Amino acid sequence: MALIEAKDITKIYRMDDIQVNALSNVSLTIDKGEFVAVMGPSGSGKSTFMNILGCLDKPTNGKYLLENIDIGDLDRDELAGIRNKKIGFVFQGYNLLPRTSAIENVELPMLYDGLPAKERRQQAMAALKSVGLDGREDHHPNQLSGGQQQRVAIARALVNDAPIILADEPTGNLDSKTSAEIMELFIKLNLESKITVILVTHENDIAAYSRRIIKFLDGRIISDEQKKKQ
Amino acid sequence: MINIPSTLRISFRALKVNKMRSALTMLGIIIGVGAVIAMLAVGTGASKRIAEQISSMGSNLLIILPGATTSGGVRMGGGTQPTLTMADAEAIQKESLFVSDVAPILNGVAQVIYGHQNWSTGVVGTTPSMLTVRDWPVAAGRSFSDQDVKSATKVCLLGQTVVDNLFGDMSPVGQVIRIKKVPFTVIGVLSMKGQSAQGQDQDDTIYVPVTTAQKKLFGTTFPGMVRIIMVKAKSTQDLPAAEKQINDLLKQRHRIGPKQENDFTVRNLTQIMQTAEQSTKVMALLLGAIASVSLIVGGIGIMNIMLVTVTERTREIGIRMAIGAKTWDIRLQFIIEALTLSLIGGVAGIIVGISGSKILSMLAGWSTIVSPFSILIAFGFSGLVGIFFGFYPAYKASLLDPIEALRYE
Repeated sequence: MALIEAKDITKIYRMDDIQVNALSNVSLTIDKGEFVAVMGPSGSGKSTFMNILGCLDKPTNGKYLLENIDIGDLDRDELAGIRNKKIGFVFQGYNLLPRTSAIENVELPMLYDGLPAKERRQQAMAALKSVGLDGREDHHPNQLSGGQQQRVAIARALVNDAPIILADEPTGNLDSKTSAEIMELFIKLNLESKITVILVTHENDIAAYSRRIIKFLDGRIISDEQKKKQ
Repeated sequence: MINIPSTLRISFRALKVNKMRSALTMLGIIIGVGAVIAMLAVGTGASKRIAEQISSMGSNLLIILPGATTSGGVRMGGGTQPTLTMADAEAIQKESLFVSDVAPILNGVAQVIYGHQNWSTGVVGTTPSMLTVRDWPVAAGRSFSDQDVKSATKVCLLGQTVVDNLFGDMSPVGQVIRIKKVPFTVIGVLSMKGQSAQGQDQDDTIYVPVTTAQKKLFGTTFPGMVRIIMVKAKSTQDLPAAEKQINDLLKQRHRIGPKQENDFTVRNLTQIMQTAEQSTKVMALLLGAIASVSLIVGGIGIMNIMLVTVTERTREIGIRMAIGAKTWDIRLQFIIEALTLSLIGGVAGIIVGISGSKILSMLAGWSTIVSPFSILIAFGFSGLVGIFFGFYPAYKASLLDPIEALRYE
């Protein structure tokens, strides 16, 4: 069973009288445990595609099945529930809550899932430990380096045991050494915890960490290469 | 569902970051709540004072005074000519259905002597029903009886002030005092009554049987003369009916024709006081209502700031939505923030209101009473203001598009 199944997805934006086809008839399946890089120049439709995969947006036409749930049938709050349980987001700009400690940032998804405080704290501590940040739980984002902030964001993505991590240029703001560390972390999560990682990047050396590279251009997939096992 | 303690923490933190802004926003609510509490305190204090005066006077009271008389075309002033008698009092007691007790009064001022002490005080000749009419129980000893009145016994009841001046700490019951050189046995002491509405010391008095006052102390121009008759109606509702009956009865008894002027006046003091109490209550509510306008203005301030906050924190809202916050999670977060502002303002306003009314009563000498009810009302109202004016910004926040919000710089 495919984890993600996109069938003929089309997304059309209307701005005044101009109609923009951000995505045209995109079909794709991603199985559990894959490590996928999505590439393409800006305006190629990769961000729109990621927004749909992340259940932040719905396709205009076509079907998106996530674990066999048709996303098109869900309302706003049901989508929020899916995002909460199934998807962990990692952003280029980290997107941590300012003035909020690392552990509270990591607890946030569980807060919206309604877990009791004690359980939240335990799981958040475990998640921070798994990204190598134990001892930093009470630091605020402005007291952490970029790499550390991104680790907190990854811990936040992990903490609800989501099967998918969607990472939008996760290393875009980081130097090459820290980038490599973050990518190693993704690989570890992918291999050890069987988490499906889908990341958007325009850097080839980052894409090289993945086992499958999907390239977008003008709202279509122009190539979908499976790398051989190294 | 949203987690209240952590939302509260987030709210406090957000408020702490913008200390000045939060303080100014709260100021609106503080002034509003403070004003409501202080105004209600002034109003409650005033009506409580009047209520106390009513009850110290005796409730459901009618006072019959001798009225203006005309002798040979010359109109004399009110009360100049005694026209009331014991028989009038007895008739009222017998005939009027709406009257529970009647007390005739013949009073005067007399020098009172006990041992080496002497004191000038008001001596009131009356009947035992006087104590019921004025709701004035005996604190020690006993009251005089109808038999005492019938046989004009030389016994008396002392007010607290008289006891203090003549006896000090000694118990006066059983002692003999001289009123206008006539020896009287003290049989009881009246309980403490305090000041009257006019500021008179009501405890500076001595009660003696009315017949004794007539025969031994003050004398009468005609037999059975009394100066005043006090009447207690059965209930407040019965007061107007009792007043009318007494009017009719006395007109008939005094043989006053339809075109003649009454030689007596019936005064309904309780009604006058109750009207005064009512109007102070209305005034208090009016003051409170005006003060609550400032509370609403404070609420608009909160809404304004919350709208700014929502815009400033668009990105945060986007993050929360991406992570799984549902519509009501976002709404509740901002409503709770608005509520935090208004309730902290409310608590501070209560303190301001209480100390404000204390200062008012010290500076202006008004009696103010901060009732728990007014605190509850003001606090509850500030909470409602928070929810009401916090809802629109929260609603706006919850409708943001997560993708747009995440992109917001």
